[in-house]
Amino acid sequence: MSTLVLNSVKVHRGPREVIQDVSLSAASGELLAIMGASGSGKTTILRALAGLEPIAGGTIDIDGIQLKAGGLPRGALLRDLHRRVGIVFQFHHLFAHMTALHNVWLAPVHVLRRPRAEAERAARALLEMLGVAERADSMPHELSGGEAQRVAIARALAVEPPVLLMDEPTASLDPARRGDLAATLRELAAQGRTVVVATHDAEFARACAHRVVMVEGGRVIREGRTSDVLE
Amino acid sequence: MRSHSHCVRAASLFVFLALALSHVAPADAQSRPELRWGGDAEGGAPFVEADPNDPSHVVGFDVEIATLLAEGLGRVPRFVQVGFTSLDALAARGDFDIGLSGIEDSPARRARLAVTIPYYEFREILTVRAADRDRFRTLADLRGRKVATLGATLAYDLLVAAQSRDGVVPVTYEDDVHPYSDLALGRIDAVVLDEVLALRGVRRNATLINQPAELGVGHYVGLLAPSQGPLRDRMNELLREAMRDGRLEAIFKRWNMWNEDQPRLYARLLAGAASEAAAPAQPAPASAWEATRRYLPALFRAAVITLILSCASMFLAVVAGVLIASGRVYGSRPVQALLTAYVEIIRGTPLLLQLFVLYFGLASVVQLPAFVAALIGLGLNYAAYESEIYRGALEAVPTGQLDAARTLGFSNRQTLVLVRGPQAFRLALAPMTNDFVALLKDSSLVSVITVVELTKETSIFAANIGSWVVPGALCAAIYLMMSLPLARLARRIEKGWRRP
Repeated sequence: MSTLVLNSVKVHRGPREVIQDVSLSAASGELLAIMGASGSGKTTILRALAGLEPIAGGTIDIDGIQLKAGGLPRGALLRDLHRRVGIVFQFHHLFAHMTALHNVWLAPVHVLRRPRAEAERAARALLEMLGVAERADSMPHELSGGEAQRVAIARALAVEPPVLLMDEPTASLDPARRGDLAATLRELAAQGRTVVVATHDAEFARACAHRVVMVEGGRVIREGRTSDVLE
Repeated sequence: MRSHSHCVRAASLFVFLALALSHVAPADAQSRPELRWGGDAEGGAPFVEADPNDPSHVVGFDVEIATLLAEGLGRVPRFVQVGFTSLDALAARGDFDIGLSGIEDSPARRARLAVTIPYYEFREILTVRAADRDRFRTLADLRGRKVATLGATLAYDLLVAAQSRDGVVPVTYEDDVHPYSDLALGRIDAVVLDEVLALRGVRRNATLINQPAELGVGHYVGLLAPSQGPLRDRMNELLREAMRDGRLEAIFKRWNMWNEDQPRLYARLLAGAASEAAAPAQPAPASAWEATRRYLPALFRAAVITLILSCASMFLAVVAGVLIASGRVYGSRPVQALLTAYVEIIRGTPLLLQLFVLYFGLASVVQLPAFVAALIGLGLNYAAYESEIYRGALEAVPTGQLDAARTLGFSNRQTLVLVRGPQAFRLALAPMTNDFVALLKDSSLVSVITVVELTKETSIFAANIGSWVVPGALCAAIYLMMSLPLARLARRIEKGWRRP
């Protein structure tokens, strides 16, 4: 069963329809790459999934909850959504006034009401798993692009969402690091998560994605197994 | 030839200008020079008051004395409006020929300025509420009670002496109207001022009475620049003449101020006793060093008041400012409109006016103690400015940070407290410290509502010794002692917090 289903989703920006009738799905354990050029709408799809962009038509089903046309999700729906979806932004948006570790344990303590000590232990374990444990006490501006991205992944994973979204994950990485990231994402999917990556980097998609959805002008133009689509 | 035509042109220009001016200036000014005299029309009747029928014209006994002197000198009187507390300094600078505005004779004035012989003798008397007529007869009955007067007057010196002797609590006002209205309201328990002011105060407030006991005697004099000795001597002659021929008597009778003290004063002066009349009712002026030593503890006390007031007001301003800014960023439309109106009204009107309204304007509804009114006035005024800083800072926090907080499941309140607020605080810190230093200095405005803080104490000190040099330097040094460490502290906090 698919954890994530988009059915004829539309997103308007003013009079412009930036996403037009997009339908796609992703199952747990699957790594889906949404591919397209700049301005094709891939980031907007991710933002709609993360509840940052109101949808103007269609439905989004995520692990038992449904987003419909109307305003941004609010209240209980918003809380439920964010228990299910974590996002790593292209520019990470780590909280600039906190250490890496603090960034990771903040939501478990304040949103999930976990005890601070337990949340901090879990946060360290996540940083360890992602290979940035030694940067736990650094401030965001002291981190390299790759390190900041790993901390941002840890922050998103800390609330244990079944769906992880990543926007342009290779933008801040040198080529050598892309392979590492691909391996990490495959492992996260292998642990049973649904991972959706928006990227324009075909080589990266080939290295990690099970399936690829190509978008252009806000529409899906091709969809299928990675090897078939990126022939 | 060339120079000749130059001369002709210059001469014709001169004639033209002279003709033009003769049409503008009053007819009698063509031949006679002016006698510029300084006074404060805010002092009101019977001294100097704007004529209700023609506010550009002043009336009062000091106006008539100025006219009398001008006529004697063959000059035309011309009134120069001067704030009462600036009369001494401007007389010394020579901004006018003579200052006349119910100015008290004092040794400090005699030491620094050319002072005329006295033209009026007054008694300092005690005004109380009619209900306290039998309870408060003299200053000795007012132990632990607030007694008001004008700063830097003979009455103020009397009160300072009574503070140590009888334990009264002096309260100083900037004008002579509010002591009486505050007495009627019960904010204070007595007023000590000269009887001219006391009679006026009682006339305006039916519940007040003047006690008969005389607390001291003083004299009104004219003030001239120290270099104007010869002019002063001629004026003294004119005053003696007017005492002799009854013109002064006529003036004071017209203003209902004539009493049996005046003929006695005039008799003494006409008998050549200029020095006797000038004999001070107060101790001889101390040396500047001695006076400074005497005032130093009072200055430090006043500095502590300034510091406490500033810190408490800033605390209020920060708390209220955060609430206003949050309301303007997160509130509903009506809340936003209401808070915007508050900010614009407070920023668009003078702090001085706000303090007046808070302390005097609202007195019939709620009687705030002076310090509390000062704290609230300064705090709420600065809250408007702080809120704009915080609003700007809140809006300057990148939206990416807010998106990140939202997708992690934080509520709006949690986002504000955990992410947006702390980041905005870093941005707001520098302008905030700047405002605190400004507030420290703006706190001097609260002296208008009787709080004696550092600047007020300094001006009392300056009036007492008749010079601003030492008091001004001391006052500046104390302000710097307070503001410089603050600036340093702020820089350190900023350094600690400043991370991109």
